[in-house]
Formats: sequence, structure tokens, C-alpha cells
Amino acid sequence: MNNISELVFWLIPGLPLAAFVVVFIGLRTLRASAGFGALVSIGATIASFGLSLWTCIKMFYKPEIHLLDGFTWFSPGNTITADVGFLINPLTAIMLVVVSTISLLVQIYSIGYMRGDGGLNRYFSFISLFTFAMLSLVMSDNLLVMFMSWELVGLCSYLLIGFWFHRPEAANAAKKAFFITRIGDFGFLAAILVLFNAAGTFDIQGIHQAAAAGIISGSAITWAALGIFFGAMGKSAQFPLHTWLPDAMEGPTPVSALIHAATMVAAGVFLVARMYPLFELSEAALTVVSIVGGITALLAATIALVMWDIKRVLAYSTISQLGYMMAGIGLGGPAIAIFHLFTHAFFKALLFMGAGSVSHSTGTFDMRKMGGLSRYMPWTCVTFVIGALSLSGIWPLAGFFSKEAILANAANNQPVLFAILLLTVLLTAFYMFRVVFTTFGGRYNGQGKPHESPMVMLLPMIALAILAISSGWLNATGTIDSLLGDGIEQSWITGIFGVFSHLLTWVSLMLVAGGIFLAWTIYSKKWFSADRISTRFAPAYALLANKYWFDEFYNDIIGGTILNKGLFGAFEKLDNLIVDRAVNGTATLIHNTSALLRKAQNGKLQTYLFFFTAGLALILFLVIIIR
Amino acid sequence: MPGLEHYLVLSALLFGIGLTGAIIKRNAIAVLMCIEIMLAGVNIAMVAFSRFITPVQLTGQLFTIFIIIVAAAEVAVGLSIILALYRHRQTVDTEKIDLLKW
Amino acid sequence: MGMQIAFWILSVLVVVAATGVIWQNNLFRAALCLILCFVAAAGVFVTLSADFLAVTQLIINVGAVAILLIMSIMLTRNITNGSPANNLGLPALAATGILAAAIIIASFATDWLISPSSPIEPTTSTLADLLFNSEGFVFLIQLAAILVLTTVIGAIVLLKGEE
Repeated sequence: MNNISELVFWLIPGLPLAAFVVVFIGLRTLRASAGFGALVSIGATIASFGLSLWTCIKMFYKPEIHLLDGFTWFSPGNTITADVGFLINPLTAIMLVVVSTISLLVQIYSIGYMRGDGGLNRYFSFISLFTFAMLSLVMSDNLLVMFMSWELVGLCSYLLIGFWFHRPEAANAAKKAFFITRIGDFGFLAAILVLFNAAGTFDIQGIHQAAAAGIISGSAITWAALGIFFGAMGKSAQFPLHTWLPDAMEGPTPVSALIHAATMVAAGVFLVARMYPLFELSEAALTVVSIVGGITALLAATIALVMWDIKRVLAYSTISQLGYMMAGIGLGGPAIAIFHLFTHAFFKALLFMGAGSVSHSTGTFDMRKMGGLSRYMPWTCVTFVIGALSLSGIWPLAGFFSKEAILANAANNQPVLFAILLLTVLLTAFYMFRVVFTTFGGRYNGQGKPHESPMVMLLPMIALAILAISSGWLNATGTIDSLLGDGIEQSWITGIFGVFSHLLTWVSLMLVAGGIFLAWTIYSKKWFSADRISTRFAPAYALLANKYWFDEFYNDIIGGTILNKGLFGAFEKLDNLIVDRAVNGTATLIHNTSALLRKAQNGKLQTYLFFFTAGLALILFLVIIIR
Repeated sequence: MPGLEHYLVLSALLFGIGLTGAIIKRNAIAVLMCIEIMLAGVNIAMVAFSRFITPVQLTGQLFTIFIIIVAAAEVAVGLSIILALYRHRQTVDTEKIDLLKW
Repeated sequence: MGMQIAFWILSVLVVVAATGVIWQNNLFRAALCLILCFVAAAGVFVTLSADFLAVTQLIINVGAVAILLIMSIMLTRNITNGSPANNLGLPALAATGILAAAIIIASFATDWLISPSSPIEPTTSTLADLLFNSEGFVFLIQLAAILVLTTVIGAIVLLKGEE
């Protein structure tokens, strides 16, 4: 039984990797047709999905930790070893299911969305590569391989955001994403080095044991935890490293659904959850995590209020929800955060697919050019609304349960953070239904005739809608909680219906209803005019519409003044004054010296004779001296 | 009876003087003359060796005969070169003959 | 005793004459000093019991080489009728001084295998024997002859002038 399990664990990331290789080579050498890439990639993902599901189900019945010693990757000096191995615990199993499910559904959706695109094989090969990287990231048992997968995931994000690379906005967005996540990765790498220095191993479990045993000093643990969180900030687009995610919407919508909603951005949350025993030992780190998460949640939600591009709204919504997850970890532990990640993946991917469906039909993402689409695109409308309700947190949809857990933990411990999160609940509901009413309500004022999307695009959306409704019920009996942390055993009925006995449930439901109502009044019934509100609060509106001027700050102030003129200008001066002078000076020196030495070759025989004699005299003299 | 060393010192001096002159003199013919001095010095050394080390076989004197022969031939050719040079350049000043360079 | 005096006088003469050759700016006088130097060298040969060689030296070196040199001096008369030293004077002196000193030191430091037998007099017959005997250096003499022939031809070719 063990052998079969081992093979399964190797196949889960191995099949997508093989698919990547096959499709990537195929598109160069064989010039295969577009269907080929899709077929291979989806086939591999189906297999991976099946195996992941099987693993997860086994884990539900018998929670245990599988450790797989793979092979030694390299071992410099035979003192440090970098192994490739797997650590399969319940956290891993849940993540495996999330990643493979979303990947599979997105790929099926892409067949319809990206139909007719020239680079389809390249697209599917990159998605396979991404699936491999993400799977190996969640399965790896040591920090080095995890970091490698982390970087590989970033690379795939870059490749896929810049998929339509001949568009300069896409190319720039890809670069921006890569750079900003790279800044975070610096912190992650520093943390890895600190931990290795203290614990002597890259192995995650080894590090946890060392930390628990007190081998690693307290300050080292805090710094390492902060470094890890910095890496997570980059990947999960927390404030202040969040500016890349809205720009990343330049990529194809399925890519946004897969990478920037469900999986890659969740990698940061996963990392913190994986290394949680470390964070547990450091109060300071946990505080930082929760504060940053809270700020991010509120900040992004406020910006989402004024965006007119559907995908931008969804991007800021993702940032906000990631802030929720981080706050959840900081406040109550990994269980609630991973649960929210689990549900968020489904409804966020659904929302993105809905946005893609809408744009597929109307040709734009700008909400002002839409309206009344519910008549033309009923399926899309229904699934989108289900997703929006789940995101806002309406009982009994999935988002409600996961958000409740986080809010409950906040209410117990941190009043300020709790207030921030509650406010964000209101804002979330408002902006989501602003989108719903603007896009699907009213009358259509765009161009052309919108039509419903083909079945191949609708099926994944329907599947995700079902999941967005039901995935919350998986924790009704506290299964996920107990898998990931401490949980309470309760019956199914108590889990689903018992929430109404808490005051918090009523408060948050009222806030959600209030937000939906506000959106309805402004955007559907138009009792208040949105434009009048924005002109009355013009400064606030400007602040939000310019996204708090973060991009300008980063590009112009830090990039332009401090770096370009300051640091790099200093380097340039250094280069000119010192380096160039040294190099040119050396050349001039040699030139002058050789001009001098050239005089020895004056063509006169007697000069040469003199040099003969002098040399001979010298040699004879030396010989006599030595003898 | 002067010993071998005396003759060798004389030979060395003569050789040195000749070499100095060969480097110093500006007229090509003077350089040839100094070369002749060098050869004379060498001849003295050869004969001295022959006298003191192999007085019976006369090896050194034999060598000297050949040196004299070759020296004469060399002077002849050298002078014809100098005369040819004089014909072309109207000068035998060594300072002006400097084409042996880049 | 006599030999000693003769040697000293002759050697001083040789050295002085040689110095005169290089010191004189007037070429003609330098040539005359050269003749004196050769004559004194012939004298030195005599002190070394090399009679044949002394005479050969006189005939060839003085009678042919020196005359040749004087003739070419006269053929290449130029306005700057002299041969002053060029600007390598002092360094050349230093270099050759060191060289000569080295040779002298070497000759003093070496252990010469001085043979006790007395020199042969006269040397002519022995030399002739050595040169022209069947087991002698006949071949070398023939080569020397070819060399001289080549010299003559070479001199003619070099001085032929343009057609």
C-alpha cells in the first residue's frame, strides 16, 4: 500500500510536468495543432486531479503525515544536503485538491475562451508548468525546493501575464509582477538562510522541531518569520507590495482566474500556514501578520469601490480577501485561513470566469459599456450572482462560513482589527453588487449584440458555482478545523444552522444586506446618483480612483528620484570618475610607456650591439657572482 | 716569463677596447677597424692557449690561421658593402643608417 | 727576463695603439694606429713562440687588411672628416668594462692545465704537417679557399653598380 502511495505522490506533480515538456517540445518541433496541447495538458491535469482527490479523501478518513524521502539534489561538501522529498499532511492534501481542481476547470474554460488564439500550445504548456510548480510547492518537504517552486510559480505568472507579449501593457505588467514579487522573495530567501544557519537543515519538519526545542533563538525566529511573511506579502499582494496584482489583469482571464485568484496568490498564505509553528513562537510576527492583513483588506476594498474595469474590481477584491486570510492566520491560526482560501478559490475563480464570459460576449471589460446582460446571458448572470453572494458572505453559501470563522477569532482578541474587518464586509458586499447591478441590471448600452457563452465555458462555471455554494458545508462538522488545527466536533445540523445562535452572525448578515441594499439603490434604482456622490466627496474620490497614488509613489519617487537620480546617479558618477579613469588611464599609461620603449628600436646597429654587450655582461657578471 | 693569465688579461683588454670602439664609433669603417682589434685580441688568446696548454699539437695556432683568413675575407666584404652604401647614400655615418626598425 | 720586458713593452704598445684607434677622431690616424697595433700584436706572437703566425699576421693583417681600410677611407671621404663618438659612449664603456672584468676574473679563477713541455720551434713544418697531411685539416683549407673565392665574387657583385 505504501508503494502505491509513493507512486501516486510522484505522479501528482509529475504528470503536469511531463505535459509541459511534451507540449513545449511539441509546439517547437512538431508544430502540432492547437488541440494537441489542450488535450495533453488537460489529460495530465485530470489525472492529477483524480489522484489529488483520492489523496485528500484518504486524508479525511485517516489523517496522517506521509513523508517521502526523494533523492538528494545536491550536496556541496557533503555537509549541506538539499533533498527533494515530499511532506503530505492534511494541509497539503487540501491544497492539492484546490490547485488541481481550479487548474482543470480553468483549462476546460480556456478551450472556449482562447479559441482561435495563435499561441494556444504555448499557453497550455505554461499552464501545465504552473500546475506542476504549484503542486510541487505544496508538496515539498524542505524550504529549498519550496523556494525553487516559488520562483517557478513566479516565472509562470510572468510568462502568462505577458502571454500577449506584443502588447506593451501586458509586457510591462508581467515585468512589474515579477519585480515586486521578487522583492518579497528576497525576504523569503533571507529567512531560509537564517533558519538554515540556526537549525542546520532546510527540512521543514526539522526546522519546526529545532524551533520547538529552543535551538533557534527567539530573535532569529522572529526575523525568520518576518522574512517569510515578507515573501508571502509579495506573492499574496499584501500592502505595500500589492500594486502588481491589478496590473496583472492584462493577462488572459483564465490566467487571472487560475493564478491571480485561486492559486498563486494563495501560495503566500500557504507558506505562512506551513511555517505556522515558527510563527506561533513569535508574538511579534503574528501581530505584524494580522495588522498587515487587516490594512490590506480595508485598503483594497476601498479602491474596489471606484473601479470601472470588472477585472480590476475583482483583483482588488482578491487582495482584500487575501488580507482577510492573513489576518485570520495572525489572529487564530492556519485552519481558518486555509478554509477561507479553500472557499475563496472557488468563488473567485467563478467570478473571474464570469467576467471573462461577459467580455467574450461584449468585447470589453468596462462596466460602463455594459448593462442588462441578464437578459442575454442568463447562465453567466446566475453563476456570477452566486459567486458574488458567496464572496459577500450570505448564509448558507461557502464564503459565509469561512468569513465567520475569521471574524469570530477577531472579535475575541482584537477590537480594532475586528472593526476594520467588519467595515470591509460592508464594503465588499457593496462593491460586488455594484458590479452585479451595473453589469447585469438596467439596459444594455454597449455595442453589438451580446450572446451567451458556449457550453465549454459554462460548464466549469456551473461546477464552480456548485462548489461555491457547498464547499463551506465541508467544515460543518469541524472536519477541516480538526485537520488543520484544533477543532470542535459538532453535528452537521449544528454546524450549518447553529451559527444563528451567535450575535456575530446576525451583525455580519445585516451588514451584508445593507451593502447589497446600498448598491441596489445607487446602481439599480438610481435613487442617488453615483456621480453626484463622487463629486461631493471629490478629494476622497480622487484618492481612491488613483489607488492612493501607490504606483506613482513607487515609480516616480522611489524609482525616479531616489534610485535613478540618487543611487544610480552616484554609481554612474563613480563609474565615470573612477572606473573609466582607471581603465583609460591604464591604456594611456601603456601607450606612453610603449612610445618610450619604442625608442630602443631606433634602427641603428650600434644600439643593438650595445644591448647585446650589456646583456652579455650582465649574465656573465651574475654567473660569476653566483659562483 | 709571463704566465697564461697575463696574456689572457691582455686579450680581454683588447677585446673590451675593440668592443667599445665598435659601439661608439660613428664612421662605419672605424667600426670595422675596431672589429679587427677584437679579432686580434682573440688571436692572442688562442696562441697563448696553444703555447701553454698544447705546445706540441699547436691547435691554437691552427685556429688562429683560420681566424686571420676569415677576418680578411670579412673585411673585404664589409668594405664593399660600405662602399656600396656610400654610393647610395653619400654617407657612411652609422647614425644615418637606421632602416633596421619597424 | 728579457721575455718579460719584451712582453710588457709590446703589450702596453698594443693596448695604447688600440685605445688610439678608438680615441682618434681623424680616421686616417686611426688606421695608422691600427697598423701599429697589429705590428705590436705580431711581436706578442713572437714572444709566444708563434713565428709563422707573427709573419702571417704582418703580411695579411698589416699588408692587406690595413691597406684596404686606408684605401676605402680615402674612397669615402666626407665633409665631416672624422669619427667622433656617438652618444652611447659612457654606457658602452661601462658594459664592456664589466664584460672584460668578468673575463679577467674568469681567467684568474680557472685552473688551467698548463702543460710542462716546451714549445716547438720552428712551427712552420708542424703547422704545414697539420694542415696538409692526409689526416690533417686539408678540408678546412679548401673551405677557406672557397670562402675567399666567395668573398671576391661577392665584393665584385656588390660593387658592380647599376647597368
